[in-house]
Amino acid sequence: MVRKNIASQLWASVLVNAVYAMENYPIMLINTLLAPLSIFVIIVLVSHGGLLSVGIVGALVMTMITAGVGLQGDLSHLKNDMKLQDMVVSSPTSSLVYVAGMGLSELVFASPVIILLAVLATVYVHPTLMQTVTIMGVMALTFVFSIVLGFILSTLTTDVVQSWGFSGAVGVVLSTLPPVYYPISYIPMPFQYIAYISPTTYAAQIAQSAIGFTSVPAANLAVDWGVLIAVCAALVVLAIKKARWREP
Amino acid sequence: MDGIVCKGISKTYDGRNYALKGVSLSFPSRGIIALIGRNGAGKTTLVRILATQLMPSGGKAYINGVDVVKEPARVRDMIAIVPQEARAIPWLSPYQTVFSYLLYRGFGYGEARKRVKEALRKLGLGHQENKLNRMLSGGTKRKVMVATVLSSGAKVIFLDEPTTGLDPISRADLWNLLNALKKEYLIFLTTHYLEEAEHLADRIGIIEEGRLLAIGSMDELRKKVGHQYSIRVTQATRPKAFAGMRTTKIDGGHQLMTSERKAFEITNRLVRERVRFSTNPISLEDIFYHFARRQITEENGEGEEW
Ligand SMILES: Nc1ncnc2c1ncn2[C@@H]1O[C@H](COP(=O)(O)OP(=O)(O)OP(=O)(O)O)[C@@H](O)[C@H]1O
Ligand SMILES: [Mg+2]
Repeated sequence: MVRKNIASQLWASVLVNAVYAMENYPIMLINTLLAPLSIFVIIVLVSHGGLLSVGIVGALVMTMITAGVGLQGDLSHLKNDMKLQDMVVSSPTSSLVYVAGMGLSELVFASPVIILLAVLATVYVHPTLMQTVTIMGVMALTFVFSIVLGFILSTLTTDVVQSWGFSGAVGVVLSTLPPVYYPISYIPMPFQYIAYISPTTYAAQIAQSAIGFTSVPAANLAVDWGVLIAVCAALVVLAIKKARWREP
Repeated sequence: MDGIVCKGISKTYDGRNYALKGVSLSFPSRGIIALIGRNGAGKTTLVRILATQLMPSGGKAYINGVDVVKEPARVRDMIAIVPQEARAIPWLSPYQTVFSYLLYRGFGYGEARKRVKEALRKLGLGHQENKLNRMLSGGTKRKVMVATVLSSGAKVIFLDEPTTGLDPISRADLWNLLNALKKEYLIFLTTHYLEEAEHLADRIGIIEEGRLLAIGSMDELRKKVGHQYSIRVTQATRPKAFAGMRTTKIDGGHQLMTSERKAFEITNRLVRERVRFSTNPISLEDIFYHFARRQITEENGEGEEW
């Protein structure tokens, strides 16, 4: 009598990590709403509104990064402090379904911000269908690589302090370093190369050119997509091969 | 073969020190097997290997004939575990804890709802099902975790120290529950409460420094020890009645394990010596000390305690 309802298994993570958490600790909602919006507000104010549209699109991309960083923290906590992951390992739920469910939970958690930003985008950016699709594509890829990276890192940590160390470092590379809320040309020359270390930079570049904020040659855009897709693929392969579902 | 089979399971975490040194055992598909042993003996390590959470460094293990290393997915359909350090997630209620676990097991919503009620009722948690876990007492949280796996219907259940932190009445309740379940399930538990192992287990394994020193029912273990009676004196000086016999220093006194026939003779001598003593059929504690101490004295190379 083995029934495997994958929808149930996915939903279990969404319940544990998002729905029940929000239901029982409503304060968390306010927190998720404020965090990604604060930088956006500062950027818009400092630029006297000049960076409004790029700020909205940047915040959308950044929300996806935040989801991955958040996932790493949540997974580490549930694995190391609650031993939930051990219980799930010894159950019919596969690592892929567990991570996908947890990723989904981060999306649910971020949904109030995403909705708010989407409304702002409709009002201030007026994207065409093509632009909308492009931005959503970028968001999807960003989401995948940041979620998978979050998962890989969480399996390497054995306690929560170690996990903070990782998320700090990853946060800098993925969200502080790359020019998400402003164009890369604002960064003085030799330092632009440092920004290119981060996959987020490529995602931001596509998004910024999609709304016509910067003009990027088609060849460069192709490279941007290529890098983003390659990073996603590499991380997924790495996760499948190396992630420690069963400890060595 | 059904049940659990381990063949020479070994485990090293760092490549040098072995937490398990060739553990072999088998246990049928129904009943309770309890593992006892001191802190760091290797109980959790063995449980985690069997529950497909940890790779063994050597040896083979099968659950209902399925290889734990090679076919973990098939094993995982059959097992459920409460890890030693598992905690009830503070922002969930008992109901939500069990319910979400049942979804992980792959049950649909309706079936999961039915099972939650049933499991919470069995553990006497019905009236607290909607409180947040963080408001519950430590023992109640433990019960929530046990309810979680029992609800799953998995036929092989691992409980790593399930009764730690339970009050005597709750512990007795859980014992009754496990005793009722053992006709249908294979329950693999570890415990530091020897009376728990004695009371519940069909077979008890004594593990020490990664080695399974003995395994069997209470009767079989008594036979392995080769003694039926334990005589204890509380005084520090060794009584003359014990001269020439192997004794163990225990609680500031001495303990002698012996056969039924000799016990009579020795107690008579103790009476003549006017030494206060007690005599009992040997308990699991005596058996545990017998094996564990022998192990220690063998390793230290000092046998004079005996
Ligand atoms: N993750 C780990 N990394 C390194 N060593 C470990 C790890 N887990 C356990 N050990 C070591 O393996 C040995 C066995 O530990 P284990 O947790 O299996 O003992 P145990 O019998 O369950 O003890 P307790 O009764 O305290 O729970 C110990 O020496 C312990 O230090
Ligand atoms: Mg243990």
